Amino acid sequence: MLEVHDLAFGFPGRTVGRNVSFTLAGGETLCVLGPNGGGKTTLFRTVLGLLEPHGGTIGIGGRPLRRLGRAEIAREIGYVPQGHAAYFAYSVREFVLMGRTAHLGTFSSPSKEDEDVAGRALESLGIAGLADKPVTEISGGERQLALVARALAQEPRILVLDEPTASLDFGNQVRVLERITALARSGIAVLFSSHDPDHALLCAQRALLLAEGRILEIGAPREVIRADTLERMYGVSVQVVPLPGGAHTCLPAIGRVL
Amino acid sequence: MRERGAARFPAAMTRACYFAASAALLALVGIAFAVGRYPVSLAELFSVLTGQPVGANVEMVVLQVRGPRVLAAVLVGAALAAAGTAYQGMFRNPLVSPDILGVSTGAALGAVLAIFLSQEIVLTQIFAFCGGLAAVGLVYAVGARLRGHDPLLALVLTGVVIGTLLGSAIALLKYLADPYNQLPAITFWLLGSLAAISPKDIWYSMPLVLIGLAPMLLLRWRINLLALPDDEARALGVDTRRLRTIVIACATLMTASVVAISGIIGWVGLLVPHAARLLVGPDFGRLLPLAMLIGAAFMLAVDTLCRTLAMIEVPPGVLTALIGTPFFLWLFALARRSW
Repeated sequence: MLEVHDLAFGFPGRTVGRNVSFTLAGGETLCVLGPNGGGKTTLFRTVLGLLEPHGGTIGIGGRPLRRLGRAEIAREIGYVPQGHAAYFAYSVREFVLMGRTAHLGTFSSPSKEDEDVAGRALESLGIAGLADKPVTEISGGERQLALVARALAQEPRILVLDEPTASLDFGNQVRVLERITALARSGIAVLFSSHDPDHALLCAQRALLLAEGRILEIGAPREVIRADTLERMYGVSVQVVPLPGGAHTCLPAIGRVL
Repeated sequence: MRERGAARFPAAMTRACYFAASAALLALVGIAFAVGRYPVSLAELFSVLTGQPVGANVEMVVLQVRGPRVLAAVLVGAALAAAGTAYQGMFRNPLVSPDILGVSTGAALGAVLAIFLSQEIVLTQIFAFCGGLAAVGLVYAVGARLRGHDPLLALVLTGVVIGTLLGSAIALLKYLADPYNQLPAITFWLLGSLAAISPKDIWYSMPLVLIGLAPMLLLRWRINLLALPDDEARALGVDTRRLRTIVIACATLMTASVVAISGIIGWVGLLVPHAARLLVGPDFGRLLPLAMLIGAAFMLAVDTLCRTLAMIEVPPGVLTALIGTPFFLWLFALARRSW
């Protein structure tokens, strides 16, 4: 569904990363891990067509990204940015309805069906009760969930989430990860980034380790998330500890920072 | 996750606001026709409008003097409020006015240049209109070429510096102008006035305002998305660059067409959208009609006060500032955290 081949990406006049290739099938979850400034957000923005690729190709459903218009891209890929600065007091319902824009004619406003789609998106994230609240007056975590709901209202085949758990409390983190898993099970291709390697171990089929704009390793989370790769990426000492039941978790060794 | 909160801007409230604003506007139209140096009763007004015979004086006052002026106030107020509403959403800033990209300064320079050259009223209007369009065109052309910046920030900063440049050109022309003839005319124009409106002015200006308004009404849903960060709006399927260009063109056309006949009238385009947003929320489709109604009513009230307060006409720009400043501070103190 998403094919990235030998991609070089960055800002106009400044290449941030290169030689990035990966594919993502429907129903699959790929977690991108990497240090701050490693190029995760820039990679995502390039995959979404918000930044021009500096080289290589991006294909969506077999079609090259550069041939697609903005509305076509929006019907294929939903985007959950990293945090959202709300300027005006749109209600959460109106905010999520904006996700329907790519499905509307240029001069149309959302119909009853669009409102139903938005309503279901709100319900699936457990925030239907916030529908009438202004987005400017809900907490950062609630806004994050509203952003996910807005992307779901797009009804995309691919979902790109940039650190969707970053501003959430523990419970909401688990809720979003659960939601990601359920979405992938329903056939959506999910690409997300996280600062917590445990999130990749918990709910991703594959992990992509991105450091200094290049792929360090890509593969099953259990195989690529190791003490040595984490040390190389983050510069700290970590143990990957097996848990009863076959799961694993990353345990930093405090006091032994390299 | 939380108890269901009451809608902050329920539909009933929106309807009530539309109704109240329309009623206020109608009442003000009646008052505006009635009061003045030559009082006209509502019965006389009704007779003129329905074509029944009345005195020639009454007919003259209603059709030639007050009629155009009332229409002009409604037109100017509604157009400035609409342009301000679009700009505040687009620039994601409730303190933005239609002048931010230099339309008023450009119009002022055009008008001042025309007065400096000839004093012909029609020429002043044409120069003002073209000056407004040209200034925004220049700001847009330069701003869009400053790549690698936030496109909105580039536009605003270009607007500020080019506005300053045009301002000094105006200052130079005032300095060079004949202090007995031209300078008073320039000062008069820069303060704005509806005193010299003729029916012809309305005929030129109204169609241009409507041409600017139509795309805004048609694109009312999409324009909401310009209030999101650029990346998000694009990821939701909006070609933000194109939509922004359309909105700027429409708002500029509307502002330039009314400023050309009224001169500079500040505050309306800043204050009115803000007040309307506090009443019905930020959704552009709901906000635009209310802002236009309130803008029309506000401008009509101001203009009526201008011609009745004192023996001489008070410039409306002065009055809007006098009313606007305290009202704005009051709103600001009252407002909840968000817009």
